[in-house]
Amino acid sequence: MRKSAATLEGGRTRTGPRPRTVPLALLLPALLGLAFLLLPLVALLIRTPWSTLPGQLTSPGVWQALRLSLVCATMATALSLVIGVPLAWLLARTDFPGRGLVRALVTLPLVLPPVVGGVALLLALGRNGVVGQWLDAWFGITLPFTTAGVVIAETFVAMPFLVISVEGTLRAADPRYEEAATTLGASRFTAFRRVTLPLIAPGIAAGSVLAWARALGEFGATITFAGNFPGRTQTMPLAVYLALQNDPAAAIALSLVLLTVSIAVLAALKDRWITPS
Amino acid sequence: MQTLSTRRSRRTLRAGGAGAALLLALSACASSSDTNATAKSGSSAAAPANPSGTVTVFAAASLEEGFTKLGERFEQRHPGTKVTFSFGGSDSLAASITGGAPADVFASASPKTMKVVTDAGGTSGTPATFVRNQLEIATLPGNPDNISSLKDLTQSGLKVVLCDESVPCGAAARKALDAGKLKLTPVSYEQDVKSALTKVELKEADAAVVYKTDVRAAGDKVEGVDFPESADAVNDYPIALLEDAPNAEAAQAFIDLVKSADGQKVLTEAGFLEP
Repeated sequence: MRKSAATLEGGRTRTGPRPRTVPLALLLPALLGLAFLLLPLVALLIRTPWSTLPGQLTSPGVWQALRLSLVCATMATALSLVIGVPLAWLLARTDFPGRGLVRALVTLPLVLPPVVGGVALLLALGRNGVVGQWLDAWFGITLPFTTAGVVIAETFVAMPFLVISVEGTLRAADPRYEEAATTLGASRFTAFRRVTLPLIAPGIAAGSVLAWARALGEFGATITFAGNFPGRTQTMPLAVYLALQNDPAAAIALSLVLLTVSIAVLAALKDRWITPS
Repeated sequence: MQTLSTRRSRRTLRAGGAGAALLLALSACASSSDTNATAKSGSSAAAPANPSGTVTVFAAASLEEGFTKLGERFEQRHPGTKVTFSFGGSDSLAASITGGAPADVFASASPKTMKVVTDAGGTSGTPATFVRNQLEIATLPGNPDNISSLKDLTQSGLKVVLCDESVPCGAAARKALDAGKLKLTPVSYEQDVKSALTKVELKEADAAVVYKTDVRAAGDKVEGVDFPESADAVNDYPIALLEDAPNAEAAQAFIDLVKSADGQKVLTEAGFLEP
């Protein structure tokens, strides 16, 4: 997704200056679209209880939840990189029967309601789950209600963003460089490590940012699979949701923190690593 | 965030309301000759009790089983009526109502939530407590951990889930624990009573403190254990006719049915206590 946007930006600079006149038929819906996306954020700012904000934000619970959110989202992104990049390579560079189906299944968590994902994770990796019961019996590991469970729930929801982003970049990258490396004696894995990876680095960076941002905002799968316990599994989105039940002002304050962090990171990373040139 | 969700639900509800109004108009044209109306006319003294049209009831999720039954009974008793329910968390329902949702009746799981609507001038008349709900411990079928008291939940190695204290079942559990002077560290504070129960149903947790009605509704997937401290944490459920009710007359008839001996029987069968 992000990758195609980057290509478009790159293409635009190459094809010369933008057309000077914007047709009204495009401008109006475009502005409406912009307003639609920004209005909720503006509303959040308008309704923020600025006077009580410092008090809300200095409570230790907020920082505990924020720290957990940042740590878990980063770990989920790392995990996605370790298993998602090879998966993307498999999808882009090899041919096997049923590849189209596999690709569809990989992207399923993008459209699956996160709560359903959480339930599925419980049935798979829970204490009584298909695989989870063996983890428990053999290693004494139970994932629900643990920080590891949060990371797994976030990875499940966020990794497809990385996979489709990297896969798209791989498809656009010329495989002849890899082939040249292998004909020069490099093993397939060495070629992947020394040639392919640097080639698709921007795509990996873009996918990582998307995955990280998605993991940071993850709610449904996390609360379903990992539960909600302050300091252990309560991430910011969970804290926001529960605060909304009886203290909307606190929920707004927490939302503002999450929003600020997200915007800051997205903006910083985008300028540095994603946009080419 | 709240502004957004309220606005969104208001929009959906407005669409629903338009549909309801259409139905109401249609059924008014049909003018069913409903003579054996049994509703005792409450606030609507002037008009004869002859309910027709759609009654929209916003009710706490825990009332789903009992109210669905009562809705069917109401429709049978008053041909030409239709009862539509919106079950959900009491707090979000209250937010929808104060946000202008076209509902006739609100049945909340806590007086505190009802007060939100009353304070906003959303109710017509005083809300009345119609049932009460008591906590119970839900354990795995067969009670493999031999849990017989609230204190048993505090033993180490046991995975217990509670509701978060920001939702009524969590506040009630806190009251019960305080009454028993017990300290309990759960593995999770769940966002509502159903998800707490689900963790036990899926055998991910060994026990949960939930409502008696939820244990009853779960059938043989969980086993209920009563505990004396629950007497200190009984939840009152208030019901009220709403100020802007599009169909006040039929709504009052529905409330009367809920409070009648018949209605109470259905609700006590679902595990509720009489007020």
